[in-house]
Formats: sequence, C-alpha cells, structure tokens
Amino acid sequence: MESSIAKAGNSGPKIRSDCEIILELKESGGIVIDLTSRVESLYGESIRDLATEILSFYGINNASVRIIDSGALPFVIAARTEAAVKQLLPSDLEYLPDFYERNRYPVIRDRVRFARLYLPGNNPSLMINAGLHGAEGIILDLEDSVAPDRKDEARILVRNALRQVDFYGAERMVRINQGELGQKDLKAILPHNVNLILIPKCENAGQVNNIDLEIQAISRSLNLPEKVYLMPIIENAVGVENAYEIATSSKNIVAMAIGLEDYTADLGVQRTREGKESFYARTRIISAAKAAGLQPIDSVFSDVSDMEGLKANVSESRSLGFEGMGCIHPRQIKVIRQGYAPDENEIEKSKKVVLAFNEAREKGLGVVALGSKMIDPPVVARAQRTIDLALSLGMLKPGWEKNTTLPEE
Amino acid sequence: MTAKSVVNAAGREVPLILNGQPVVSFKGVGKHRPGGNKYGPPVPVSYDYPEDGNKVVGSLEEALRKCGLSDGMTISTHHHLRDGDLVSNKVFELASAMGVKDLVWFPSASFPCNDEIITYLDDGTINRIEGSMNGPLGRYVSEGKMKGTAVLRSHGGRVQAIQDGEVKIDIAVLAAPSADAFGNAKGTGGPSSCGVLGYARADYMYASRVIVVTDNIVDFPCFPMEIEGNYVDYVVVVDKIGIPEKIVSGTTRITKSPDRLLIAELTTAFLDKSGILKDGITMQAGAGGTSLAIAVFVHEMLKERKWKARLGFGGSTRYMVQMLEEGQMDYILDAQAFDLDAVASAEKNRNHIPYPVFNAYNYHSKGNLTSMMDIMILGATEVDVNFNGNVVTHSDGYLLHGIGGWQNCLHARNVILPLPLFRDRIPVIVDEVTTLCGPGELIDVIITERGIAINPRRKDLLERVKDSGLPLKTIEELKEEAERICGKPSRPVFTDDIVAAVKWVDGTVIDVIRRLK
Repeated sequence: MESSIAKAGNSGPKIRSDCEIILELKESGGIVIDLTSRVESLYGESIRDLATEILSFYGINNASVRIIDSGALPFVIAARTEAAVKQLLPSDLEYLPDFYERNRYPVIRDRVRFARLYLPGNNPSLMINAGLHGAEGIILDLEDSVAPDRKDEARILVRNALRQVDFYGAERMVRINQGELGQKDLKAILPHNVNLILIPKCENAGQVNNIDLEIQAISRSLNLPEKVYLMPIIENAVGVENAYEIATSSKNIVAMAIGLEDYTADLGVQRTREGKESFYARTRIISAAKAAGLQPIDSVFSDVSDMEGLKANVSESRSLGFEGMGCIHPRQIKVIRQGYAPDENEIEKSKKVVLAFNEAREKGLGVVALGSKMIDPPVVARAQRTIDLALSLGMLKPGWEKNTTLPEE
Repeated sequence: MTAKSVVNAAGREVPLILNGQPVVSFKGVGKHRPGGNKYGPPVPVSYDYPEDGNKVVGSLEEALRKCGLSDGMTISTHHHLRDGDLVSNKVFELASAMGVKDLVWFPSASFPCNDEIITYLDDGTINRIEGSMNGPLGRYVSEGKMKGTAVLRSHGGRVQAIQDGEVKIDIAVLAAPSADAFGNAKGTGGPSSCGVLGYARADYMYASRVIVVTDNIVDFPCFPMEIEGNYVDYVVVVDKIGIPEKIVSGTTRITKSPDRLLIAELTTAFLDKSGILKDGITMQAGAGGTSLAIAVFVHEMLKERKWKARLGFGGSTRYMVQMLEEGQMDYILDAQAFDLDAVASAEKNRNHIPYPVFNAYNYHSKGNLTSMMDIMILGATEVDVNFNGNVVTHSDGYLLHGIGGWQNCLHARNVILPLPLFRDRIPVIVDEVTTLCGPGELIDVIITERGIAINPRRKDLLERVKDSGLPLKTIEELKEEAERICGKPSRPVFTDDIVAAVKWVDGTVIDVIRRLK
C-alpha cells in the first residue's frame, strides 16, 4: 500500500515566510489540526480555517494535519496545503487564492529589460519583496533552482504568487522546465497573467515552436487576454550555432539570453572573469538577436558580494551590445540598471543629433548636418534609440526638444 | 482586582494607585508641571568617612550589610556592562542568601544575562522591577508572575523619577571598569572597559548609599571621573565585573538584508529631498542594522557635498566614529559606546565626549539635548494610523522590550522611524497600538520599504517633498497594504490585571500592560 502521509513546504530554524504541512488521511475523526506557529496568537485561527477550507475543497473530511508555520503568508499556506493534498489524491482541481487586481497588466514588446531578478520557485520568502527593488522583470524560476522532487509544489507556489504577490509593475516572467514538465508548468501558470516565458537550454527552432504552439493553444482555450512573450536562453554550443534560427523562430520572441555557466561546461572549460572563452558565443548571440530585432541579454554575474566586478562586467557587456542582464540578488539591480542606461553625455549628444535631423527634415533637406559635420543615417538611428531609452527611463522629459538649442553654425 | 482607574488624555484607562502609591495620569505632552523642590538624599558628614580616603571593603556582601540592606529597599544598577554584566545578578544572589525580601530592582536597563533575576522574583527577594524587561523577563511579567507591578520608564524618565522623589534609591550598586579607593570611577581602562558611564549619574548623586564595584583599582585620582568619589560610600574590588566580549559587540555591522538596505536608502533620500540634511546638522541614530546603514549613507552624502555634522549623539558606533575621524562630524556626545571602535574612540579622541543622559533626556533639566537634534532615527514594534508608537510590547501582547531613550528622543525636530511594513507576517502599522509609549503628535515620518507616510501635522515636510518622486503614501494606505498582504491579525486578549505601567517622560502614566489571557 502506498504511504498515506504527505509532506509539502519547509520548516526549520532558518526558514521564514514558509510552512511545512504534514498531512495524513484518516477514516474518521474529522479534521484535526496541530499547529505550531510564531504568529499563533494573531493568525492561528485564520491558518486553521484556511487549511480546513482547502481540505474540504478537495472533499477531505477526515485527516490529521500538522502545520509548522514560520510566518507564511496565506498564499503560501494555501499552496503548501494543496501540494500535500495532491500527493495523496491526484486532482486537476486548483484551489486558487484571489487574484490581486493590480497584478493584471500587459507589457509592451520593446520595454526596457536591463535587470531581471531570478527568484527560486520554491522559496516564498524571496518573492514577497522582490518587486520593490526596481528590476524591470522578475523571474519565478521553476527550472534549475527547484529540486526535482519539489517541482510539483513549486509550480503551485509560483501560481499562487502570480495571483497574490504584488510585483509593482515588473514584467512577470516564469522560467519553465524542459520537456513534459515544461508543458505542465505552462498549463498551471499561464492563466495567471504571465508576461514572458523563459525557455531554458534552447538548442533549436523546433523547441521554441513547440512551446509557442502550446502557449497559443492554452491562450485560445482559456481566452487569455494578454500576449505572452518568449525569451530563449542559449546555454550550449549547439544553441550558439543555431542562434539566428532560434531568434527568428517566432514573432513572440522579444529577447534572447545566454547562460554562460552551462555553456562553458558544455565547452569543457572554466568560466573566467575575463570571459575570453565565451567571447565568440556572446558576440554571436548579440549579432543574431540584433539581426532578428531582439534584445540580447547577458548571463548572470554570480559573485553577489563583488559590486565593483559586477560594474566592470556590465560595462563590458554593454560595450559589446548586450541590453540587459539577469540578477541573482536584489543588490545587483541598481548597478546593472545604471550600467546599461545611457549616461548624460550620450543623451546630450543624441539630443543634438535628433534635433538636427528633425530640422533637416522640416526644411526638406536631404542631408543632416551638425555644425559642419555630416551625420549618417545609422548615427541618427542610434541617437533616436538613446533618446527613446532616456525618455522611457525618465532621464528625459517629453517635450525636451523645446528646451534644447542647436549649436550655432 | 482592579485599582481605581481613570481614562487619561491619550484615551487609555490607567490606574490612580500603583504599587500602593498614588500616580498621576498622562495629561498631554508638556502639560504636567509638578511644583516644589527636587528630592534630596540624606545629608552625609565627611567625618564619617576614612581620612585616608580608602573606602575599600572586603566584599560586596560586606558593603551591602554596611549599607543596611533590608526588606523593601530599592536597589539601583546601571546597564553599561550590557549582556556581560556580572554585578547586578550578584547583588540579588547575596540578598537572597541574606534572606532579604521584597526589594525593588531599579536598573537603567536589563539584558538577557539578567534572566537569572527570575529566580529572585520567584523566591520573593525581589517584589518588582522598575526598569526595562526584555525577553524572558518580559514574558514573566506578561504572564502575571511578578509580585508587584512593573514600571517602565525611559532613560530620561528614570532621572525624572529620581529627582521627583518618586523613586528613592536606597542603595546604588555601580559597576565601574576603573575606580580608585575613594570611589572616583570611569568607564574606560581595565579588562571590562565599556567606554562611558552615562547612565550612572542620577544614581550616585541621589541614592542614600552608593557602592562602586570594580575589577581595576587604580591609584587616586581615577581621572577623568564619571562617578565622583564624594558621593560614594564603599568601594568593592572583585575579580571580574563583566565578560568583555559581551560588554561590547566586537563590531556593529550594517544590515545585509536588501529590504532593510532599501529602507535605509529611502530614508537617506528623504533626509536629502526634504532639506533636513544640511551642513551643520545634529543627529542621532541607534545601533540597529538599518540605522547603521542610514549613518553610512548619510556619511557618504556629507562627504560628497563637503558638509559636516556638528554633532552626533551616541550610543556611538564605529560608523559614527568614522564620521568623526574622517572629518564629517565635529563632535560625538556620548552616553554609551556600542562597539570596540567606539570604546577606543571615547578613550583617545578629545572630540568624543561623555555626555550623561542626565543632561540629555531629563524632563527636569533646564532644556534637553534631544529637542536640539535635527535628525532622530528611531525604531518601534508598532505604529498606528494616528502615528502613535509602541516599543515595549509586540502585537501579540507580550512585554518584550524596554523604552530606552525612545520617548525622550521623540522631542527632536524630525523624528523618523524607518520600519519594515511587516515582520514575519505581523503588520507593523496597525489600527491602534497595543501599548501606547509615544503620542503620535511627536512622530513625524514613517519610512517603509513600500512607501513613506508623513504625519499630516508636518505640513512643511509634506510641502517640501510633494514633487520629489519619493513614494509618498498615507499611513492608512500603508496599513491597508500590510493587511492585504498579511491578513488582518486578531487582537490579543487581556485580563483586567495590570502587570506593568508605562510612564511618560514627565512621570505620568501614559498606558498600562495587562496580563494575557
């Protein structure tokens, strides 16, 4: 006979904002809850009520439930309870906490994606304040940061987080698993306003197409209102060689990232600070992404205590053509955002170029000149991109043209 | 059993009799004006003391006997040895062995090392504590196990209570890192150096009897003296007055939590954009990780602009010392040193000046240092939608902290509380504080990771930051956000029994703590 005891979640002296549920189904005796909690006197009753409600939702009337709570928020308690129930009674039913209305928003295709913060999908304590640190995107990760035997409970937790946690306008991204697990992930999370799916270890266009089709099918059947964008992550030599094929495989791809830990492992070399070993891969990805009209995104910088190193890394990354980077700690966000943003000097120069271009166009002139210098069209295009970026970052105010004068001829 | 009670000016029901003595209920900030003269201790005669100035006696027990230790007396100690204190507990161990009962312990603060005091509360040696009760001691009080009713006072309120004669100290037992045989003593030198002895002044000046306990006896004069030998009855030399590594933390450190750092950044941005931060400011910040981060960020900003703080009021830390040493602060006025760098600085730097709370915080002083401070960074366990603050109980109703200087510091020009919106699911901003320690009219700004709430009374600050881009919210909005995330907490259920009274800085009763059901 299979074990009739299920365990979900985490407890222990270092665990915060999580809980562990140990569930045993019984023949009789009703629901008996044994709760240990630091917030017992303030939330004991509501924790018990929530657990009871979920058990009854799944038709369980007799069970003993041990809840070891370390200050878990309701969406976490609900996820852990549901996960425990489903270990014993597999079911397609989902116990969905309320959808916080402010969490329903679309994003635009070309939004800035300088910094996106990775959040391990089975660690609720890191999710709660994740949206406060200014990253353009948050990634709820179901892939490498979740242990294989915790994939099911993480999926439920991530789903609940998408419904309940306010990410304060950040682009809501999920990194799904590969293969069949990934399909399960999509089914569970897509209905909860995911803006972008990260496709890990992407090697060819076929993988993207499969996921794209899966997303279209789910979106159609559930009549989902918002578009779901894609960001493939290239993490091995095959992927690098197929970079352009991947980049052009779907119109829903908005950015393409590189994962250097796996890539260097695939080459059988060490990842170094200088990064000579990955120079080809990085520039290849950048070129392919740009050719396809996508944002090229750099790999994470893994030494979270080395802010100077990160700064240098971002500076080089930007000079190569990358337009963003993953973060594994909130303190990296500021450095990364500052590093990819245009500096004042660039903005000033770009303002002049764009103004000269506008003036030439108004006068019907065929050539643009700044002072006595001719300006080529690509220079104008780059300046316009810098201005657009400065506007979207709030570094320039709309109507800036009126307050800027061209130098005397 | 409830004593006769009244609803005070803050709307809290408080007793009129406390531990058998009549008490005044809170009337409003600055309203209570007792007349008459300050209390004075008995008049000594210098002929009664050894001509050679040697007041050393054989043991603490002998000193206590000579002081006439007997039932019902009030014994005071200071907390400069913090969690490394070996003297306070010893006094009551001796009293217990001597069979003395119903003492009142009047410490300037207590620490986890004082949990042992529970033994002497249990065996009847101590009737009650008038001072701070942390952790297990607080829990003991909340559960109604203490015989008398606890009285919580601020550091300044403690001096006020002594000067008003509300607390008459029979014997002050004052641990001193260095002392001479005449009783002059200071906080530096010897194996148990704690930097300064800022909290001992009222005790030695007003106690009927004063015992100095040291493990570092030096030749007369022990200079510069923070305790003056002319007030001291006996000197006791022991092997050890404290455990050095527990007296000061080796080093205080700024928080590593990204969420706390975010609060510190927001606080610094607020200080800047509101114009509060300027050249020549006066400031005080605590030793908590977030406060220290704010000190570091403020330091960077001062440096960048070539500004200077005129003075920082301690508790001093290495971060304040860095400001002093790198030229961004003219003076540290210090009541206590929190880490080894601060102790070292107090010993060697002329501009790091001991400054007793006796002067800085006292209601009966002719002016206070705190009201002259531009920036005051404080904490709280709870703040309510009327900006009232609580520092002594948690939302579950347990007494877990002392007031410290918190109430006194509320009189600064800009009182800023950087706080997380919730801690482990427990909202910090609530409808009504569990225990009222400070009236909302004195609390100016609450800074959380999810937004800044300015007290509507501070129209000037609201005006100055309205276009700053800072995340301004009303306190109600912050409260609602906390409740949306955490759920609305149940309120603790209390009995009618009063286990502790919270005094305002003027000695009136602002609130009480009741026994938990």
